[in-house]
Amino acid sequence: MSTVLEARALKKAFAGIQAVDGVSFSLEEGRCFGLLGPNGAGKTTTIEMLEGITRPDAGEIVFRGRPADAAFREQAGIMFQSTALQDYLTVREALAMFASFYPQSASIERLVEDCALGEFLDRDSGKLSGGQRQRLLLAIALVNDPQVVFLDEPTTGLDPQARRNLWSLVKSIREQGKSILLTTHYMEEAYALCDAIAIMDHGRIIARGSPRELLAEHFDEAVLQLPAGDIPGDPLALPMPLDIHDGVVEILSRDVNTTLGQLLAAGVSLAALQIRPRTLEELFLALTGEGLRG
Amino acid sequence: MSWRRFRAVLAARNREFLRDRAALSWNILFPVLIVAGFAFAFSGKPSLQFKVGVYAAAPQQALAAQRAQHPFFRTENLQFIPVAKLAPAVTKVERHQLDMLLDLDHPRYWINSDSPRGYLLERVLYGSEAQARGGPAAGFLRETVSGREIRYVDWLIPGVLAMNMMFSALFGVGYVLVRYRKNGVLKRLRATPLTAFEFLAAQVISRLWLILAITVVVYFGADLFIDFSMFGSYALLLLVFALGAFSLISLGLLVASRIASEELAGGLLNLISWPMMFLSGVWFSLEGTQPLVQKLALIFPLTHIINAARAVMIDGAGLLQIAPQLAALALSSVLFLGLGAALFRWK
Repeated sequence: MSTVLEARALKKAFAGIQAVDGVSFSLEEGRCFGLLGPNGAGKTTTIEMLEGITRPDAGEIVFRGRPADAAFREQAGIMFQSTALQDYLTVREALAMFASFYPQSASIERLVEDCALGEFLDRDSGKLSGGQRQRLLLAIALVNDPQVVFLDEPTTGLDPQARRNLWSLVKSIREQGKSILLTTHYMEEAYALCDAIAIMDHGRIIARGSPRELLAEHFDEAVLQLPAGDIPGDPLALPMPLDIHDGVVEILSRDVNTTLGQLLAAGVSLAALQIRPRTLEELFLALTGEGLRG
Repeated sequence: MSWRRFRAVLAARNREFLRDRAALSWNILFPVLIVAGFAFAFSGKPSLQFKVGVYAAAPQQALAAQRAQHPFFRTENLQFIPVAKLAPAVTKVERHQLDMLLDLDHPRYWINSDSPRGYLLERVLYGSEAQARGGPAAGFLRETVSGREIRYVDWLIPGVLAMNMMFSALFGVGYVLVRYRKNGVLKRLRATPLTAFEFLAAQVISRLWLILAITVVVYFGADLFIDFSMFGSYALLLLVFALGAFSLISLGLLVASRIASEELAGGLLNLISWPMMFLSGVWFSLEGTQPLVQKLALIFPLTHIINAARAVMIDGAGLLQIAPQLAALALSSVLFLGLGAALFRWK
């Protein structure tokens, strides 16, 4: 597998604050790489340096073995976290305008179909719902048929249905062989979309790998959840460490069989028992010692 | 420079302006309303009437009889007012409410020695008496010309057109750029191969033709019901307005080259446009003002636009007479545009 884009020891400071502090990673051909982290971790600054929007203070960006230059811009598709389009342009006109900026462009009909823009093609782009707007911005990012697609928090602010909708679009882009660099602070989004992730905090990468690898590496227990009411007597009297919040008891277990035996012995009803694996959310908490800020 | 990219941004900007109905109608209505307001306020005959009170026992009949006999009573622009009582009429002369009072029963007249109008009426009375006796009016040969007066409205039109142009150029370009920068439109465009030059050129050209089109519409629209004077060449006037609009648009670009706050941009644009509006002679002539103020006014492009447009419209000036103003506008355009492009930031 070949490396498409590589960040080498990128650094950037704003007004004395080191936003990005020596970040390196590589994006493989046809893969989706996720930068994860809370707000303020330095994800957007990192992705914008790769996009060529922000100049790094130090470090190198390499596209197919060469320093990324102006020609790279024509091979990159960018979806920013928050951008507006010119007022009073219809979806069709906005697409046509962006298409005409590039020497080569994807077929507009194909983009309309892929990103499901057909229903609102002649609507003012300023009057779209959140999900429709993100789909248009994604189509614009793809208008030059790019080799590398940058998606900066593409689903922030979307409702769950619109989010899943966009996920399936991102998956289909990857299936077309495009390489994707994605930032998000939704751990489940990274889990659903990314082949590899890097977790960032305070401008540094603190862990990297595939989502499954990372979870297996850091956690070897499962989470057992029970309604607190199903436990006779004081739950804290059970012979295992546990957490209680909102009337739900959570038990971490390395050996589920043993734990279940202990619960049955204590007369606990297992009728409402749920067992789930650890999440990236919990991984982040374990790695940084704090919750997701914001 | 890619024409394809330039045309795409130009078309987008034109659409944005033409589809924003509220802004478009305001751009057309505002100058028409101002011109219409002034045309209405200054309509009607100018009040150059002199008031002469006429006292007699039966003033109406006496006045009718005098009209037939005495040329003074046939003088134009004099308004003869029959007066029944002498004393209150004399008081009116004292207070300049009557310019002259004639007593037909005991031939005599009153004027106010402090009133220049009274003095003039007295000379008219003497002159018409001499004429009635068949004497020569004066030793001069009489020649006449006729022509329409230059009304305030005729003088105002070039100023209002140029002022409208200024607001449209400064706010229409400056404010929009700042908004684009703030809401991320510029950032999105920057991430494409579009160059700053292509983008800025499209903004300038789009606004330029829109301003000229609106100015033409307002000009002929206002002319329909005001019928103002135009003694010069339409082509030359268009050149003045085109160069003027270009200079003002460039000034708008310069102001907006770096600012990302709409409040700051609004304040700055007001700071520029208001002094420019008052000192460039839109509303009143600067002829009688301090020489320093007149010199200061020359730094504003608007002053040169208005001076050149008035020279063309009212004095029928040719290219040579307005060359200094055109040169000033060209120079300021180059200066503003060069600085604005050099300072421009997408972020």
